[in-house]
Amino acid sequence: MNILKWQRPTLTPWTSFGRLSDLRDEIDRLFESPLTELTRNSNLLSGWTPMLDVYEDKDNYTVKAELPGLKKEDINVSLQDGTLSISGERKNESKHEDAEVYRTERSFGRFQRSVTLPAAVSADLGKATYKDGILTITVPKAEEAKPKQIKVSVN
Amino acid sequence: MKALFQNESPTATQARPFAFHTPDVNIYETKDGYLLEAEMPGVTKDGLEITLEGHEVTITGRQTEEAVSGEVLFRERHGADYRRVFELDPAIDTSRVTARLDQGVLFLTLPKSEAVKPRKIAVSE
Repeated sequence: MNILKWQRPTLTPWTSFGRLSDLRDEIDRLFESPLTELTRNSNLLSGWTPMLDVYEDKDNYTVKAELPGLKKEDINVSLQDGTLSISGERKNESKHEDAEVYRTERSFGRFQRSVTLPAAVSADLGKATYKDGILTITVPKAEEAKPKQIKVSVN
Repeated sequence: MKALFQNESPTATQARPFAFHTPDVNIYETKDGYLLEAEMPGVTKDGLEITLEGHEVTITGRQTEEAVSGEVLFRERHGADYRRVFELDPAIDTSRVTARLDQGVLFLTLPKSEAVKPRKIAVSE
């Protein structure tokens, strides 16, 4: 089933190996993706990639993306030809003059992710909310893509 | 080397390695104190717990998101609660620690006690 443009090697939810797991994923990706993919998606070489979940029920697709620390205005969501794109920029608001930096694990800068939804959707009615650092996008399926039940009548 | 904020308490962090997700943090030190930023998307004010005990601060963030109905097509998010323990610089005045949560990022301000702040001494003639 062709759902997504870019996928991690496994679909199983991972346990928290923290940085080690990130590194392992990067190494996996070095071997599995073509170079253009790598530079676009790699955390090591450029930008950052928000994690997302995709759900489907009978009426809607729901996408939840982890985008901690953004401003609502800095998030763009678009839907074109059944492909949902999330992009934006996270700015580092903490500018500390003469501060000593002990840890910098957070990533800042531009990000972009796209998900191709598996069936036709009605673009006009999609809605997006941003709360507690989670972006939730709900896109209703097009009428023709909804499952239908045919009543069997007995004559 | 000064004994500072940078040490994570190994026992507390590693006690249950698979139960919690370690949030990404940025830590800065200014002359007034320390600022810690921790990324905990999905955590609300009610799900956040910050405990100061001795010279350790423990940050725990519980996921309180409503589950989405339907079938999962794709999952990358870990869904686990967040937890991380830091050892504190003894210079921190633990009675004045403040916390703020903004769109899934915790901002923890840990001021240094007045006694240890660097100060200039005027030279008298």
